[in-house]
Amino acid sequence: MADHSSHHHNTEPGVIAEPQTKAIWKTFIILSVLTAFEFLIAFTLHAGFLKTSIFVLMTIVKAFYIVGEFMHLKHEVKSLIWAIILPCIFVVWLLLALLMEGGFIFVAR
Amino acid sequence: MAATATTEAPVFDKKTWMGGVEPMKVSYGKLMMWFFLISDTFTFSALLVTYGLIRFSFQAYDPAIHGEFHFSNLYWPIPEKVYEAVPFLHGIELPLVFVGIMTFILIFSSVTMVLAVEAGHRMDKAAVEKYMLWTILGGLTFLGSQAWEWAHFIHGTDEGTVIREIVNGQWVERTIFGANLTENQYGPPAFADLFFFITGFHGTHVLSGVVLNILIFYRTAFGLYQRRGHYEMVEKVGLYWHFVDLVWVFVFTFFYLV
Repeated sequence: MADHSSHHHNTEPGVIAEPQTKAIWKTFIILSVLTAFEFLIAFTLHAGFLKTSIFVLMTIVKAFYIVGEFMHLKHEVKSLIWAIILPCIFVVWLLLALLMEGGFIFVAR
Repeated sequence: MAATATTEAPVFDKKTWMGGVEPMKVSYGKLMMWFFLISDTFTFSALLVTYGLIRFSFQAYDPAIHGEFHFSNLYWPIPEKVYEAVPFLHGIELPLVFVGIMTFILIFSSVTMVLAVEAGHRMDKAAVEKYMLWTILGGLTFLGSQAWEWAHFIHGTDEGTVIREIVNGQWVERTIFGANLTENQYGPPAFADLFFFITGFHGTHVLSGVVLNILIFYRTAFGLYQRRGHYEMVEKVGLYWHFVDLVWVFVFTFFYLV
């Protein structure tokens, strides 16, 4: 028999345990507040470096809560966490490199 | 298994995988789902990085040069000026309201998905069914909203945009409505192309997610996972569904807000 160690069977057969949903709703409230805050920023700040930085920061925080809590990555072993995060850091590098490249194309034409 | 107690207990070297234990302490299926999601991350990143590159290579809107904002193919449009329509409220300018509603629908369907996973841990078949249905409903609502958004984008505004172009060596003025892959009333054609590619690719993911969710609901309702003794399939498809929500968070920021 395969050992399903990742499942916590805390119940006897036939008995259904009480739901543990506090952390889920807390994450939902955080995500909603951050999205509402993004809307506020969208209509109160003028376009510029500060506005873009706030949006990027909010997005990273939201991604942290979705991946960490909803996808449960925060509670996995370290090697899995790094196996996911490391490739994404290289994507950020690619993004920054090609944004600069785009700026050069604009200057060149 | 107790009969083999006379054999020596296997010695596990912690550094190498000898079989029998799960690498990274997750099951095969979940690990493969994570690796698939990483590869899918690269695909979406490629699309968003392309958006960034093309946007930076175009003229940005500058009030000092271009005056008051109007749609023009000379500069990249401001997203909130493009996405300002809401169903049933024709002619009223409500920037980003509809896309905000779509964002909340998707976040909420992610919540009902994680509630289904939690119910699966407790072997609560009825609760898994209930939350899977809510998740499917959220996904379908999102798809419907996106279909409306696309229809509006393709159809265009009532006024359209007048563009000047050279036809047979003569400057000709022409009004264009909406956008397709070669023409775009809101800005450079590349803006519309990227809109169709990025939101379309995401929408295809939502569609496949809804199909998978319906399959999981069906198999839950027929008691397959109850008989199997665990609801890990709900978790695996849940990972995919959260990923789709995660991608939307990035699309929302980099396509609609920035």
